[in-house]
Amino acid sequence: MAAIETFYDVIRRQGVTRRSFTKFCSLTAASLGMGSTAAATMARALETNPRVPVIWMHGLECTCCSESFIRSAHPLVKDVVLSMISLDYDDTIMAAAGHQAEEILAETKEKYKGKYILAVEGNPPLNEGGMFCIDGGKPFVEKLKWMAEDASAIIAWGSCASWGCVQAAKPNPTQATPIDKVILDKPIIKVPGCPPIAEVMTGVITFITTFGRLPELDRQGRPKMFYSQRIHDKCYRRPHFDAGQFVEEWDDENARKGYCLYKMGCKGPTTYNACSTVRWNGGVSFPIQSGHGCIGCSEEGFWDKGPFYERLANIKQFGVEHNADEVGLAAVGLVGAGVAAHAAVTAIKRITTKPSDTDRDA
Amino acid sequence: MGIETPNGFHLDNSGKRVVVDPVTRIEGHLRVEVNVDKDNVIRNAVSTGTMWRGIEVILRGRDPRDAWAFTQRICGVCTGTHALTSVRAVENALGIAIPENANSIRNIMQLTLQVHDHLVHFYHLHALDWVDVVSALSADPKATSTLAQSISDWPLSSPGYFKDLQIRLKKFVESGQLGPFKNAYWGHPAYRLPPEANLMAVAHYLEALDFQKEIVKIHTIYGGKNPHPNWLVGGVPCAINVDGTGAVGAINMERLNEVSSIIDRSIEFVEKVYLPDLAAIASFYKDWLYGGGLSGKSVMSYGDIPEHANDYSAKNLLLPRGVILNGNLAEVLPIDHADPEQIQEFVTHSWYKYPDETKGLHPWDGVTEPNYKLGPAAKGTPTNIEELDENAKYSWIKSPRWRGNAVEVGPLARYIIGYAQGNPEFKEPTDRLLKTLDVPVTALFSTLGRTAARALECQWAANKLKHFQDKLIATIKAGDSSTANVDKWKPEAWPKDAKGYGFTEAPRGALAHWIKVRDGKIDNYQCVVPTTWNGSPRDPKGNIGAFEAALMDTPLADPQKPLEILRTLHSFDPCLACSTHVMSEDGQEMTKIDVR
Repeated sequence: MAAIETFYDVIRRQGVTRRSFTKFCSLTAASLGMGSTAAATMARALETNPRVPVIWMHGLECTCCSESFIRSAHPLVKDVVLSMISLDYDDTIMAAAGHQAEEILAETKEKYKGKYILAVEGNPPLNEGGMFCIDGGKPFVEKLKWMAEDASAIIAWGSCASWGCVQAAKPNPTQATPIDKVILDKPIIKVPGCPPIAEVMTGVITFITTFGRLPELDRQGRPKMFYSQRIHDKCYRRPHFDAGQFVEEWDDENARKGYCLYKMGCKGPTTYNACSTVRWNGGVSFPIQSGHGCIGCSEEGFWDKGPFYERLANIKQFGVEHNADEVGLAAVGLVGAGVAAHAAVTAIKRITTKPSDTDRDA
Repeated sequence: MGIETPNGFHLDNSGKRVVVDPVTRIEGHLRVEVNVDKDNVIRNAVSTGTMWRGIEVILRGRDPRDAWAFTQRICGVCTGTHALTSVRAVENALGIAIPENANSIRNIMQLTLQVHDHLVHFYHLHALDWVDVVSALSADPKATSTLAQSISDWPLSSPGYFKDLQIRLKKFVESGQLGPFKNAYWGHPAYRLPPEANLMAVAHYLEALDFQKEIVKIHTIYGGKNPHPNWLVGGVPCAINVDGTGAVGAINMERLNEVSSIIDRSIEFVEKVYLPDLAAIASFYKDWLYGGGLSGKSVMSYGDIPEHANDYSAKNLLLPRGVILNGNLAEVLPIDHADPEQIQEFVTHSWYKYPDETKGLHPWDGVTEPNYKLGPAAKGTPTNIEELDENAKYSWIKSPRWRGNAVEVGPLARYIIGYAQGNPEFKEPTDRLLKTLDVPVTALFSTLGRTAARALECQWAANKLKHFQDKLIATIKAGDSSTANVDKWKPEAWPKDAKGYGFTEAPRGALAHWIKVRDGKIDNYQCVVPTTWNGSPRDPKGNIGAFEAALMDTPLADPQKPLEILRTLHSFDPCLACSTHVMSEDGQEMTKIDVR
């Protein structure tokens, strides 16, 4: 028998014991609401099934998502490609070209009907009959829809596939369109960002291959595990925000002290992403740590939400903290103050609530 | 039969047509069609950019300080180089000078990109045109070890190391799931390496995949992330604070040490893995010297990497600047980006409309109105192209020309110009490699020459990284920690009307942006990028571009498996998202044709 490396082989090679593997199957089956027979079925499937075929297609994009993906430190992209998935089609790295490449698509669609993952980087333009993006002599949108028909799951890599991104910014001359507007009959996992963080990308892929199901998604289709909190919520400069300590000008004393970048236009308070926790490139840094505000690249339509260096002016944009802030505003009699900085309010709140904390401690 | 082009190529489209679409292992979407004669030699070549995004249309009316972020998204492979070009264009228009430290950090960012991009290009986008992965399965690990140790003292070279790798590879291949190696041209007669050299190269393909993610951490430290780090008009966004309050959140000693360490490891990897591999592979292909195209005739480089801040003249740029025409290496002509007679773009064979298509337009006056239509000799339908008609419009790429001449840009162009100028930084390593391979200097004008120049440049860039990192530290030591000039940050400090340009040498070649600013907003923006120069279609006079020229007269062993076409195209490191995104003068809405 040919030495097919299955999921079981892979995790065994990575040091997981037989016992842990069985336990993992039981727990996973239980968490999915299935009984003990399901656990055995799952174990058998993972021991014998081949690696999941992945078809990675490119529409209008800049390839930053692929570039990010290959930066993954854990797991290494080498291991993802050689041992965890079968990346059968990806224009950017595949050896085959032309009709030999095209044949892979037809073969996958037939041989792995309902079993392959379609990963999409970029988006289809709809103007000019779709011919602003030509692939194999035809509009990319046709190829995309055709491959989507038989996919088991669809991943929208990055802000292009998820929201439209830069080519869809006003006036969107090519009518670049996010993929959930042309693939209407399948759930789509959106992994936004320009690009998404490498370990978030490999995290989503390995979650699916490890747990055999899609990650839990929010209402916009993003995995909750990486996109449910704002960069601001976990930013290490947040204490400076709360204390009202801001960078006022590039390279001023406050910039050198690492104060908050809110006044320089940072969009961290309205951006849902994992940058301030996972950080970038193996955890080395993230935009705010390196002195530039967040530009909000994982948010829908971020290119058209005003200049990047204009501060967020409207407190109503502060999402879940809205109520808390309103309470704070009411308490200090500032209701109706137009451009009340969220920071100042938080700072006041902190001061005004401090005595009660002390009281409680006492 | 056939026609002579003004730039010296004989085109004959009477033979069998071979189509490659999609061309893979590139950035973006590219199609190539060639005609081969009865001996399967290419006698006509047609290169087509098959995507258009319209970034410059989108830039109109926006804040010029934001332009770097938009243009950076033109390309995520050469990430940062468009952003650098953009901040330079805005600073040129508004008269903003940057601090010396910002110049050093920008150079470090740009050189990091060169090192990373060249390495990834060689191993992950180009190597499989020379290296047969399946052949590696039959290699003797011990002989592979002997080979590896004979060319380098890189430590990962034991027989056991190669044996383990071979076992993993064997298991992978036997699984029947070949992933990215599926359906390729394994066993093709144009592959010439012995199994041991193939195994060594596959090992380094995987090592380079692991290592490349380290190089970009330099971008992460100074720019916050990679791909797409952050930039700033007037300097760089990262502040320097080596020992004061809050230093832990700025560029401090730990951060500087991390960058220095990555630079040292990058130099080691390039010198002990990339260069020896290049020389070893080249030694088996040194009589396959096709693909020279325009390189022996006309080449251009804008120059880049200013030693001192704010001086973009040729004498201050460490990468060579100038144009060589018609193979006259004795004369390197000067470039002026502001001269309307020098750089012009034509659309006779591009899917755009000009009022008068016999004339070219300078980028400051650029017009783009999409005009997608196929010529009368095309086969298929407008949404199902079987064959293009190159006598009509056939590409989303425009045809830029320098004083009417098609030129090649990129690492080989830079090395030829540096060589012609007698610059020892470029001439000496080139002569050494030529001597090692025992080939004449004319061997440079080839696909292999292009691939070799990129490797030499990678080494050059890695060492220049060290130069600028040391310079940055020396400047800080001398008491200057400044990284941004904010005198003209606010639009109130800008003139009502301004125009400017910025240029760089991207990994793939000469890149420039032209901007017009009015009332604090972008009035006009135009990019002319390396792959527009190299991948351009024919111009009104019939000159063919660099891709097309390089494919000419190459014999194909098997037209059904055109490995040689991929090899030559990949030697340019094509970037199609870059090349095909011109601007509209009035930002008009394009005709909408809804597909289902």
